[in-house]
Order: sequence, then C-alpha cells, then structure tokens
Amino acid sequence: MSVLPYLAAGWIFLVGCYGLATSRNLIHAVGCLSVCQSSTYVLLLAVGYRRGGTAPVFADITPGSRPVVDPVVQALALTDVVVGATVTALLLALVIQTAKRHGTVDPDELSELRG
Amino acid sequence: MSRKARLWLLAVGGIGVAVLLACAAFDLPGFGGTWHPYGERAVRSALSRHTANVISSVNFDQRAFDTLGEESILFGAVLGTVVLLRETRDEHSEPPETAQVDPPVRRYALIALPVTLLIGLYVIAHGQLSPGGGFQGGVIVATALHLLYVAIDYKALERIRPAAAYAFADAAGEAAYVLLGTAGLLAGSAFLANFLPYGTFNTLSSGGTVPLLNAAIGVEVAGAVVVLLARFLDQALEIEDGGAGGTGRQDEEANRS
Repeated sequence: MSVLPYLAAGWIFLVGCYGLATSRNLIHAVGCLSVCQSSTYVLLLAVGYRRGGTAPVFADITPGSRPVVDPVVQALALTDVVVGATVTALLLALVIQTAKRHGTVDPDELSELRG
Repeated sequence: MSRKARLWLLAVGGIGVAVLLACAAFDLPGFGGTWHPYGERAVRSALSRHTANVISSVNFDQRAFDTLGEESILFGAVLGTVVLLRETRDEHSEPPETAQVDPPVRRYALIALPVTLLIGLYVIAHGQLSPGGGFQGGVIVATALHLLYVAIDYKALERIRPAAAYAFADAAGEAAYVLLGTAGLLAGSAFLANFLPYGTFNTLSSGGTVPLLNAAIGVEVAGAVVVLLARFLDQALEIEDGGAGGTGRQDEEANRS
C-alpha cells in the first residue's frame, strides 16, 4: 500500500474537522485545529520520504554516499510546527478572554455581540 | 442551524473532501520513491554553499525570505497573546504562595537545568551542521529556564526572568534578521543574499550568513516562548478576579442594574 501514508494524512485532517464542527468547548476546538494541522506534517513527511534514505545532514556522512530524504519538505514541516505552536497559543489566549468576558467556553452560547 | 442539520452538512462536505483527497493521493508519486527533483537540487545547492545541514540551508539561505514571513507570524502571534493576556482594570495580581517541592524533584530539576540550557545553546550554535537550529534550540533554552519553577517556585523563576527583557530579545531577534537581510543589499546584491565567505565545510563558521540568521531566530524563539509561558503562568498563578469569584461579565451586569 504505497498510498497509505497519504490517506492517513487525509484521515487525520478529516478527524480534526469533525472535532471542530461538533466541539462544545473552545479549548477542545483549538486542540482539534492542532490535529487538523498535524495532518500536514504527516503529508509533508510522507511526500519527502525515500526508502533507505537518511537525514539530509552531511556533518557525518559523505555527500553522495547514501540517499537522503527530501530536505525541502522537512524545512516546510519545521516552519509549520513553529507557526502552529504560536498560533495555538494565541487562540488559547483568546479562549481565556472569552471565558472571562462571557463566562462560557461553549461556542453555541456565544451568539450575542458585546462591546 | 440545528445540531442534526449541521452534522449532515459536515458529513456531505467531509465525504466530498475525502473523495478528493483519495483521488489526489493515488495521483501522487509513490511513497518512498526516488524521484525528488527539488530535494536533489536543494542538496546540491546546500553543498555548494558549504552548509552541512541541508534543512538549515533551505530555511536560512534558499528560502530565507519565507522564513522572515514565518518569523513575523511568530512575532505577531506572541504580540497578540501578550495584548490579550494583560491584566485588565477589574483584575489584580497577587503573589503566589511558596510551594513545598519534594527534595528528589528539586535535586533532579536543578541538575537538569544547566545541562538542558547547554544543550539548547549547542543546538542553536550547531544549526548549520547537525540536526536542529534556532527554532528547536530556542524552545529548549526557554523551557530549560522553567525547570526553576519545577525545582523551587514561581518567585525564583520570576527573579531570573524579567519578562520585559525577553520581550525585548524577541523583538531584537526579529530586527536582527531584517538587518542581516538589509546587509545583503548594502553589500551590493539582493535582500537576504549571502555576503560572507562560505568558510570551510563542516566547521562552526561555515555557511556564510546561515549561522547568523540561525542565531537571530534562536534569540527570537527563546524570547517568544519565555514571554508566552510568562503570560500564561501569570494568568494561572497571579491574576485574580476583581470581585469574590465574579467574572467580568457578572461585574458588568451588576453595574448595569
């Protein structure tokens, strides 16, 4: 099954979406968004994998002696992790303020506008 | 929309996306294959610029401009969190009580602290040589400081962690990245272009501007993580509501009536 890793990434994404749509707690929703995002790591690393390949770091291997996995997608995944972590922190800060101002973290109860 | 209708809509959309994803997956090159044109070019380019860690080369040389954008997202997110989690008018902060820590926990955390700090600095410094770099090392450095909270208590952590200084480090890291980019312009080539000699392959000074940009990111990430954790810990430990157990909403309603 050479497409299984790609399908797994899609499955993780859809599970995260299901959680986001059915969530009754904003903290849970932020967690689900992180799950959605982690599907992109799986997809990127699956695209870049090469059978028998090692890390694209030539500090201790001679260049050309071994196949290496794709460094471009690894760099993209690294970018993704950092941005994801700080944006999650920002969203959690928003949830804290929502809980303080409205006294609830259930998105269904947050329907009124407030100055 | 009712809950049931929402679930139906989700099911229809989800199945649609699942079909599209599956179609796309069967059209992608097979998992583990040998065809990686971008990867091979990136490896060649990194080796020609004397950077042993190809991922660092991609992030800080070949895609340095994208990394600037990413760093700005990080900076903006931290700024937003600081603004959102500040102490508001109807709150006040109370110093947390000193807690008793079990001696084995204290011993282990105090031994682990300098080791973790050193590992973090090592990972930042060797970003262009070994796996790691500014992003990963910055997080290790920032979390190492918080071992002091585990080992002693929050007051001890606050003493070595003036949050304003780390917020400054966060901004300075971002500024250093932009200035290093501008230095490329001043040297007569493009923004973020390399202007330093490439050095000897596989030594600390190799890679031209890669180690410098890497260090700028390390400073920024370490500052950012410390500031983020400081804000969240303040919320959890120091900032109290104005009234007895009253939230902002209840206070507001009391004022209105």
